[in-house]
Amino acid sequence: MSEADAVAVVLWVGATMYAVFGGADFGAGFWSLVAGGERGGRARELVDWAIGPVWEANHVWLIFVLVVLWTGFSEAFGSIFSTLFIPLSLAALGIVLRGSGFAFHKAAHRLKGRSVAERLFGVSSLLTPFFMGTVVGAIASGRVPVGNAQGDPFTSWFNPVSLVIGALFVSTSAYLSAVFLVSDARRAGAPDLEQYFVARAFVAALVAGALAVAGLIALHADAHYVYDGLTSDALPLVILSALCGLGVLFLLSRGAQRGVRPLAVGAVVAVVWGWGVAQHPYLLPTNLKISAGAAPSDTLTSVLIVFGAAVLLVIPSILLLFTLAQRSLIEEGPGPASQPPT
Amino acid sequence: MTALPLAADLGAARSQMAFTLGFHIVLASLGVAFPAMMLIANYRGLKRDDADALLLAKRWSKAVAVTFAVGAVTGTVLSFEFGLLWPEFTGRFGKVFGVLFAIEGIFFFLEAIFVAIYIFGWKRLSPWAHFWSGVPLVICGIGGAFSVVAVNSWMNQPQGFSPTTGNVTSVQPLKVIFNDAVPYEVPHMILAAYLVTGFLVASIYAVGMLRGRRDRYHRLGLLIPLTVACIAAPIQFFVGDTAARAIAHNQPIKFAGMECVQQTSTDVTEYIYGRCTSDGVKGGIGIPGFDSFLVGFSTDTQVTGLDSVPPDDRPPANTMLHWAFDTMVGICTMMIALGFWLGLAWLRRRDIPRTTWFLRAVAISGVAAIVAMECGWIVTEVGRQPWVVYNVMRTKDAVTDSSGIWVTLTLILLLYALLGIALVVVLRNMSRRWREEGDTDSDVPYGPSGGVPSEVTP
Repeated sequence: MSEADAVAVVLWVGATMYAVFGGADFGAGFWSLVAGGERGGRARELVDWAIGPVWEANHVWLIFVLVVLWTGFSEAFGSIFSTLFIPLSLAALGIVLRGSGFAFHKAAHRLKGRSVAERLFGVSSLLTPFFMGTVVGAIASGRVPVGNAQGDPFTSWFNPVSLVIGALFVSTSAYLSAVFLVSDARRAGAPDLEQYFVARAFVAALVAGALAVAGLIALHADAHYVYDGLTSDALPLVILSALCGLGVLFLLSRGAQRGVRPLAVGAVVAVVWGWGVAQHPYLLPTNLKISAGAAPSDTLTSVLIVFGAAVLLVIPSILLLFTLAQRSLIEEGPGPASQPPT
Repeated sequence: MTALPLAADLGAARSQMAFTLGFHIVLASLGVAFPAMMLIANYRGLKRDDADALLLAKRWSKAVAVTFAVGAVTGTVLSFEFGLLWPEFTGRFGKVFGVLFAIEGIFFFLEAIFVAIYIFGWKRLSPWAHFWSGVPLVICGIGGAFSVVAVNSWMNQPQGFSPTTGNVTSVQPLKVIFNDAVPYEVPHMILAAYLVTGFLVASIYAVGMLRGRRDRYHRLGLLIPLTVACIAAPIQFFVGDTAARAIAHNQPIKFAGMECVQQTSTDVTEYIYGRCTSDGVKGGIGIPGFDSFLVGFSTDTQVTGLDSVPPDDRPPANTMLHWAFDTMVGICTMMIALGFWLGLAWLRRRDIPRTTWFLRAVAISGVAAIVAMECGWIVTEVGRQPWVVYNVMRTKDAVTDSSGIWVTLTLILLLYALLGIALVVVLRNMSRRWREEGDTDSDVPYGPSGGVPSEVTP
């Protein structure tokens, strides 16, 4: 594996982390937005309770992806951000609103301020994954040429592939999050909410699966290179993802307590890596290869060193935080009332 | 159907970058320096069994959490803008300066984690373990500031890459990281962060005291940050003076713009304010020969003038640049005077000066410090124009060819206005609630989620 490929792997690790952790958080925002009625109120409480302290740390992965992209593959970064100015601006808008919702929702003590913050949080949780999905669709379907705004400002991301992948991102986030919330509801001792999110996880999984099939059809019609990759080199990963998805449905329908979360995460991870394998050796299929778009060797080495340092420093710190957070939840967190308030 | 690039888009892009950076830098300063004030209060509280100091540390940690969360948002926007506004700049030089942002990413990540640990730690850790869990915040703040400001230093003194035209094929990361402008620009900004935070926090307690809340808690809340800021102010004056001399050497045209020097000559007059014209400075207070003296400790020192380069290579808005520089220096001078005032009173009576004029001065010092820092950024950024990478890439060649920046600029102005208002309102509400209802734990981001009551926290 070349140094450039190694940095591309680092980039994909970041993208995977963002898809899983960021995705689960976005999905939580989605459920908080669509939850209505009395039980919906308690569902929102559960979301609030479950997300906890690492909420925003999860989104550091996005900054990680951006920095590795512009350092390792500067030209690709400039090309993507200039051609896809509109969807990326809208994704950034979502991030501003969402981050503000996070910063203020606990401090906004008056109920009115709080519900505004929650609403913002919910809407922006839709915006960002959807437009990120259209960006991925634009790249996968070869609509991002190299250069400053060389692609079409609208059709590059407003096309069947991009729109389907945008919808797929939203549904995948919702699905991941619902699966996590099932466990959280169990931990909180709220069987009605457990049922509530089992039903939603089921629906979201079916929708995500249907959109994944629709995405394959759209790719077949419009993005031959990536479609060919997905049906050849990346086929094992595609099958793995489908099996994980089916496994989740099976376990949910049996009311299983274990294995649901790893399978749900596995389905997402397999898709992200399937995409990567399918478009290898291209960074922007079929406009820019990883080797051609890579930074000089000394820069790539530095990125790998910094990544190594990050792993050594960040992982122990985050484990410490998780330990403290879990302890805190166990000691003082009864969770939402185990029965709906009468 | 690529949209035609409009000349006006460059103006919009520069305005958006200036505004978002100017907004973020205030929050970033708090992120860099506020944890240090918090830990000083925490240390004092533990060492002297001082309940007031501990209460201050606890409340400041909550303010740190809120400002950090908002700063994370405005910082993410900046990283998007590297591509949305300046794809040619990042597309060509991202491989050169990017490693610094990767390093900054580690510090930022650790900061996000340790903010949460410190907030959790108030109940979950032993007092001293908890104190030490805050120390990484101070280190990460300084490390993060170093990494980001070093990128700006590199834009002022680009080096460590080749060739200087066309595609960069070779990078020497260490030369980039430790470029020639780092030794003066990085300490200058870190000190500015401590000054802004120190005076801003002190000014809040000064306002409280002016409103009659003259208890020990408020005096301590004023004294801790004010002492830090008053110690930093004279050091900043010295560092800034060194920086100005280095700029006269490294970026003579920026210096000429700051000081309105039209022709290269010796015995150059130093003007305080005044209007810059091509015939020299109109109005203002002139000190003959002093500009030359400041550059080389002798009135015989030659100072490079704007006439040494073609008009296209000179910075715009000369008068603004000059005023920004003079305002920054003027405010720093007044801060030093404020420090002397406090120092004298302390030596005499172990107390802050009795007159309410002192509290009034402290009350405005926070805003003044922010003005000084923004002026400093105007000097370094506008003074570098027309270059984005000094003498290597022009700003007009760095900007995106996509249209629609006026839309994002308008949206950003509106959003940030709301964000700023919300931040101030939330922080004020927190402080009012502390006064009226006492402290609760679950009112900050990163904090323990606690049990989930169906109503708001009591």
